[in-house]
Amino acid sequence: MDAEAQSNSHLIDIDDVSLRYGVGEGSTLALAGTSFQVSEGEFISLVGPSGCGKSTIVKLVSGLMPVTGGRLTVDGQPVTGPLSIVGIAFQNPVMLPWLSTLDNVLLPLKIVRPHRDHFRQRKEEFRDRARALLKVVGLDGFEQKFPWQLSGGMRQRASLCRALIHEPRLLLLDEPFASLDAFTREELWGVLQDLWLEKKPTIIMITHELREAVYLSDKVYVMSARPGRILYERDVRFDRPRPLEITFDDAFVEVAQDLRQYIQLGRNETSAEAGP
Amino acid sequence: MSTGPLVKTKPAEKADEFAPQEGLFSERNLRRASPYLFTLFLFVVWELGCLAFDVAEYVLPRPTQFFEILLTRAPDLWGHSVQTLYTTVLGFALGVVTGVIIGIAVGSSKLVYAAAYPLLVGFNSIPKVAIVPILVIWFGIGTVPAVITSLVISLFPVVANVATGLATTQAELEDILRALGASKWDTLVHVGLPSSLPYFFASLKISISLAFVGTVVSETIAANTGIGSMMIVASSNFDVPLVFAGLVILAVMGVALYAVFAVLEQRMTFWAQTRPDEMG
Ligand SMILES: Nc1ncnc2c1ncn2[C@@H]1O[C@H](COP(=O)(O)OP(=O)(O)OP(=O)(O)O)[C@@H](O)[C@H]1O
Ligand SMILES: [Mg+2]
Repeated sequence: MDAEAQSNSHLIDIDDVSLRYGVGEGSTLALAGTSFQVSEGEFISLVGPSGCGKSTIVKLVSGLMPVTGGRLTVDGQPVTGPLSIVGIAFQNPVMLPWLSTLDNVLLPLKIVRPHRDHFRQRKEEFRDRARALLKVVGLDGFEQKFPWQLSGGMRQRASLCRALIHEPRLLLLDEPFASLDAFTREELWGVLQDLWLEKKPTIIMITHELREAVYLSDKVYVMSARPGRILYERDVRFDRPRPLEITFDDAFVEVAQDLRQYIQLGRNETSAEAGP
Repeated sequence: MSTGPLVKTKPAEKADEFAPQEGLFSERNLRRASPYLFTLFLFVVWELGCLAFDVAEYVLPRPTQFFEILLTRAPDLWGHSVQTLYTTVLGFALGVVTGVIIGIAVGSSKLVYAAAYPLLVGFNSIPKVAIVPILVIWFGIGTVPAVITSLVISLFPVVANVATGLATTQAELEDILRALGASKWDTLVHVGLPSSLPYFFASLKISISLAFVGTVVSETIAANTGIGSMMIVASSNFDVPLVFAGLVILAVMGVALYAVFAVLEQRMTFWAQTRPDEMG
């Protein structure tokens, strides 16, 4: 392992992290002894049984919550609060109901520096950028609609655009394609892969779909049941850009099968510390 | 949207989108006209009742009698009405501004919320009539105590609703902003305040009605002008039709101001209304 030599280039370093929701009785231990690293520009996926703490990891890395134990650093600094290099697509794709879809997508540019400093001057340019993004995910024509006029899958795509608009260095995607039909989903895999190849952001994607994980990622991490920790990691070394047909190759199916076994294992495994 | 103490829940107008849109007497037009027709109907019953039972004017005047007064004494009544309206709107406006400021302070900090809310409830349960004599001692009689009374009385609903609106802002909405590294101020401006707007506008409708009560109460105790004081003078002269004319003016002004804020609410918080059909 050359982990030691690489340790400086890790954008994210999660070291023996634990997280407990609440205190005392009735508290929930969501993560215990979770460790993994993500290098700059790497695309990784997290898979694991429902409720194992995947979304919790997103909240920790984004700085929305502090860790209960262990160390978590992003860009070499311990995470103490939200960072503006991060773009998140939350599992629940909430949007601000009083803003149009376009304005929702533009929101990060109004908040994050340096964009907010010249939001007024470059408004048209920004709007064009947002429109282009919405078009890529198939939402052209819905820019002026309000969130309650969109379907669940459309909101999910819009919130993906919101995560991308300020071209963050670190993307946290929590089941970004969960409520889409198979074809739209596969189309967006292509979109995401292209975007990643072009801009090389670091991406942590959470998914329940193994094909998705294997197709898109450089590395897939399998988590155990709650309290979640990393059970297994698997490098995926197919050439990029990957054509969609690759998902039917034997080598691809083999990787997916391999991961599947470990998820099965993870579901059954209840860690000694598991309590309520 | 989450619900709060004073917040409207408007039932969906189910029939609307399916109702046939026939001419003048469509169900929809009929429903629109119904409040006016019903009011007219009540006045007619009142008029006929008084005539049938031969009720004396100084006990219960007939509508035609006090509507006549409205016309014949219009210039005089106009002056009093303007005074009352002015006092109410001024007190209300000051109350809303103060209320929003206090509401934001109380609602955006859990600590202040916990500390100040019980006090505000206690303060609100004091009947506001009770403070008028104190105001008279401090400010004499006239416009000032009336403005202050309507200010004080319209303050609480705004404070309570703005604070509640802020305190109950969906955490998920705030997280969108927080995750971008937004400051507390940004989060307040982009999420807290907009999401409290439905609460705020609901409180305006309540406050404007209360402001009226405040003004009139104060006028009846400590003023020489305004509808309230006019009614006191009229009743001590046993000019009962004039008293009723005053009541009609108050009712009309109250409904009109309420309507203004109801329309404003509809405009500003369309995104939070239940919607039977798509907004255009
Ligand atoms: N705000 C919270 N308060 C208390 N417990 C929570 C909270 N959020 C999550 N949990 C608990 O933490 C555990 C992990 O939750 P998390 O949302 O991270 O799961 P997940 O892996 O994302 O699941 P899924 O695949 O279903 O989205 C769950 O058992 C859940 O009950
Ligand atoms: Mg989750």
